[in-house]
Amino acid sequence: MSSLEKSDVARLAALARIDMTDADQDRMAGQLSAIVDAVAKVSEVAGDDIPATSHPLPLVNVHREDVVRPSLTQADALAAAPAAEEGRFRVPQILGEEA
Amino acid sequence: MTDWTRKGALEMADAMAAGEVTSVELTQACLDRIAAVEANVHAFLLVDAEGALATAAAVDADRAAGKDLPRLAGVPIAIKDVLVTKGMETTAGSKILSGWIPPYDATVTAKIREARMPILGKTNMDEFAMGSSTEHSGYGPTHNPWDLDRIPGGSGGGSAAALAAWEAPLAIGSDTGGSIRQPASVTGTVGVKPTYGGVSRYGAIALASSLDQLGPCARSVEDAAALHQVMGGHDPMDATSLDEPLPDFVAAAQEGRANGLKGLKVAVIKELGGEGYQAGVKQRFEESLDLLRGLGAEITEVSCPSFEYALAAYYLILPSEASSNLAKFDSVRFGLRVDEGGTTIERVMAATRAEGFGDEVKRRIMLGTYALSAGYYDAYYGSAQKVRTLIQRDFAAAFEQADVLVSPTTPTTPFKLGEQLDDPLAMYLNDVATIPANLAGIPGMSLPSGLAPEDNLPVGFQILAPAREDARLYRVGAALEAALTAQWGGSLMAQAPELEVAR
Amino acid sequence: MSPQMSYADAMDKFDPVFGIEVHVELNTKTKMFCGCANEFGAEPNTQVCPVCLGLPGAMPVTNQKAVESAIRLGLALGCQIRESSRFARKNYFYPDLAKDYQISQYDEPTCYEGSLDVVLDDGTVVTIGIERAHMEEDAGKNTHKGGTGGIQGADYSLVDYNRGGVPLVEIVTKPIEGMGDRTAEVARAYVATIRDIVKGLGISDGRMEQGSVRADVNLSLRAKAADGEDQSAVPFGKRSETKNVNSLRAIERAIHHEAGRQAELLLAGKPVVQETRHWQEGDGTTTPGRSKEEAEDYRYFPEPDLLPVEPSREWIEELRAALPEHPSKMRARLQQEWGFSDLEMRDAINADALVLITDTVAAGAAPQAARKWWMGELARVANERDIALEALPVTPADIAELQSLVDSGALNDKLARQALEGTLAGEGSPAAVVKARGLEVVSDDSALEAAVDAALAAQPDVLAKIQDGKVQAAGAIVGAVMQATKGQADAGRVREIILKRAGVQ
Ligand SMILES: [Mg+2]
Ligand SMILES: [Zn+2]
Repeated sequence: MSSLEKSDVARLAALARIDMTDADQDRMAGQLSAIVDAVAKVSEVAGDDIPATSHPLPLVNVHREDVVRPSLTQADALAAAPAAEEGRFRVPQILGEEA
Repeated sequence: MTDWTRKGALEMADAMAAGEVTSVELTQACLDRIAAVEANVHAFLLVDAEGALATAAAVDADRAAGKDLPRLAGVPIAIKDVLVTKGMETTAGSKILSGWIPPYDATVTAKIREARMPILGKTNMDEFAMGSSTEHSGYGPTHNPWDLDRIPGGSGGGSAAALAAWEAPLAIGSDTGGSIRQPASVTGTVGVKPTYGGVSRYGAIALASSLDQLGPCARSVEDAAALHQVMGGHDPMDATSLDEPLPDFVAAAQEGRANGLKGLKVAVIKELGGEGYQAGVKQRFEESLDLLRGLGAEITEVSCPSFEYALAAYYLILPSEASSNLAKFDSVRFGLRVDEGGTTIERVMAATRAEGFGDEVKRRIMLGTYALSAGYYDAYYGSAQKVRTLIQRDFAAAFEQADVLVSPTTPTTPFKLGEQLDDPLAMYLNDVATIPANLAGIPGMSLPSGLAPEDNLPVGFQILAPAREDARLYRVGAALEAALTAQWGGSLMAQAPELEVAR
Repeated sequence: MSPQMSYADAMDKFDPVFGIEVHVELNTKTKMFCGCANEFGAEPNTQVCPVCLGLPGAMPVTNQKAVESAIRLGLALGCQIRESSRFARKNYFYPDLAKDYQISQYDEPTCYEGSLDVVLDDGTVVTIGIERAHMEEDAGKNTHKGGTGGIQGADYSLVDYNRGGVPLVEIVTKPIEGMGDRTAEVARAYVATIRDIVKGLGISDGRMEQGSVRADVNLSLRAKAADGEDQSAVPFGKRSETKNVNSLRAIERAIHHEAGRQAELLLAGKPVVQETRHWQEGDGTTTPGRSKEEAEDYRYFPEPDLLPVEPSREWIEELRAALPEHPSKMRARLQQEWGFSDLEMRDAINADALVLITDTVAAGAAPQAARKWWMGELARVANERDIALEALPVTPADIAELQSLVDSGALNDKLARQALEGTLAGEGSPAAVVKARGLEVVSDDSALEAAVDAALAAQPDVLAKIQDGKVQAAGAIVGAVMQATKGQADAGRVREIILKRAGVQ
């Protein structure tokens, strides 16, 4: 496994929606590379014949009845919103000018 | 005059039932202690004196009126800030949630309220439970009451320190890779990670959904059992919750203490010892094994060869799930928003997350994003989930040979604050012995096994049981605890140095 | 911009390949993963809870009914039902996606590998391959403020999460090739069939205008094979995906537009960009979606908060046995049973009247009588009121009752229309209206005889003509009697009495 380049870090930061300065990216590239090198060994040990375990206990078919439960009030739903208007959550423009 | 803060939870419950003390007196004693030591310990992010006293007063009134009350009614408790509390600020130790007042209660919060336990406040933690020292809290570190220059463990350092500083008799923790057991180990307290699904996760702010489990923190095994009894049981709001009756954990603890462990098969996990383990840690571990032998247990050794890969698998699975779980902190519905105006929601999200998340959280989100990204999934996340299968197989084979497995909880006693802050890999090693249980979903307990001679700091003894056999932990833990306290002539906590008290 | 090239020209020069993703909103009482009501049109953010608002700590639990609906739909589409399927998280940031991941299904969809026969207007049957049908949750709804009200040029947006978490089944076709200039027609018929199936199953209201059934249309063009060359050897072109094409007509229009646009680009030697495009209902064009510097990376992984879905084989067979007929089979059967002409049948289908007619027949009316009411008087009223037939305040049972009153002779046509008018005005069932308004046909012969005698006496010249053999002259007397009885007489009976009193019969 190869280590992470700064350009990888920039791509990941964009995917993860975290602004990072140039210096942050440099530092992160170093730290992530060290961690990735340390954990990459997982691919050595488990072959194709080993199934993946997603859930620690093998439960299946846990469903709920289609029965209505009370919702929050609009006021409670919006209480923690950084901005709200007309009973809705207000967010800055979704597309930039260039789009 | 009795110092009620030095009593255990069940002792408090019995004293209230006997009319020797009221819940208001107990709660006030804890609040006074908090006021006296918090400046040095910083176990709490929020103290709710008013709410706790109101609950206490209501319990006292009902008790005076002769009403039936739950066993722990009136016993104060501290709740890790990972658990959502309606109307009470909940931050998970992160600046991004600063000021968030949830509109709902976690299932466990609701159970604590139903049990009529006064909630003293919310305890400090590594941000989103990412860390082993509580230094990654967005609100400053918690200090280990045994030595204020040292870490209290993490992520649940606040809950463990609150117990060790006599601020609360009980606390709630969450354990994703050791966040209950490792802090218990380094603070000389007891912590239990239940079987995955044994306690509802609904309302516990998720770190890694397939690993997280809430559990009890206490100063004795039996107190932990009593709290586990309150927290546990099926919850239809959590699809991964086990729909099975809850065993009587307190009875299991009493049984172990009374009858010893004749015929119990105990196996030492070969891979969780030896190199990298501090001498005093190994010494105290061996002494506890001798005590177990004395109680009638047979001690053998088992090998779990895949454990070599557990840490690596854990540091792929956890960041992957966390990167997704923490996406919701996007400045739209709650929490921080950094908006300088004139830009898009995409830029605002990225600026908010840059500002609101600490370094360790960013590191793990980035790592998880990488591990799940196209082209890397199979090698990283996919392989890690296969390692999980191998670890489960190792456990299954080991439990063929033994009723419980044991190891030191942590390789070392608590290190100094700041010592590992810039070395994530060194920090991750603190959880090497606790992580396998989370990967396999099995229950584990840490209880104090003494002080390491070289530094006079607490050493933890870990007991692991098969899935759904949590009661076995209480039986074995209580028996060992009784033997240890007999040897010490009192609880280990009695040996803790007195903290400087503010006036 | 509208392409210059027509669809026909484009189809003449290129071989189209298309695929459709249909999202069906299920009509369960609650959302996919929480107990909030699944209802359209509530006040914003009043059908939300910690789960569907993506609040910290909240966890999803799957709706059993939604799973059942998805499996029934899969079976109706001829799909295999996976023994163990599971949910996955599709990770991307968007303000209407509360958790910033969508719970969907990825590599293990519940239903896969199906096929669906679609009948075109001329009776041609086309078999569409179904890749998969999987469960997922809907997103919330953004309202854009400032600019023109669209997302582009908006100053800011407002988010309502009521729709967030509503259960969806996404049905994905395999690539459909070789349809040539029937591509648009096939696409439309396919979506119409899906709509009919989900309505027939009762798992969705199928209302495209409310977004209950939404389609994304993929289209690419490839060069036509030279003579003697195998078309399948020609490489596929780059495709566009037109999102949210939300009416049957729009599906045809979107394909017409995209075919022309792509053909024009290709003929000019310009590349078709693989991209998402937005459908513009107003001018029938598509516009490019937001430009992406990098391909999306959704970082799918199994949803750790949910467990695998493993339906038992017995349950699947139970559901399969209880499936309704395929719409095209049902139509053929009904047409035969009812004895409708092709034209009558097609009109009834286009008017969405099949279920209404079926129910009216089940309530006792003859098929032609039922058809006559729904496609005649009621279609006229629905059209006048600009609402769907099924939205009229009259039930198939009302219509059957009305027809039985006619059949028994209690009402004549004119009175029946009056009774219906009363029912539509909210005055009760036709029988109740008849009673309240006193609409009954005068069937008492002695009363009619008296009225006839009076009319004959008043018009002796007409009587003479009748007696002279000019039987058609009786019409004038019928009219007079009808007037005298305020229309409440049976005209046929009146005529009989006239002839009898005139001594003709
Ligand atoms: Mg989809
Ligand atoms: Zn909801």
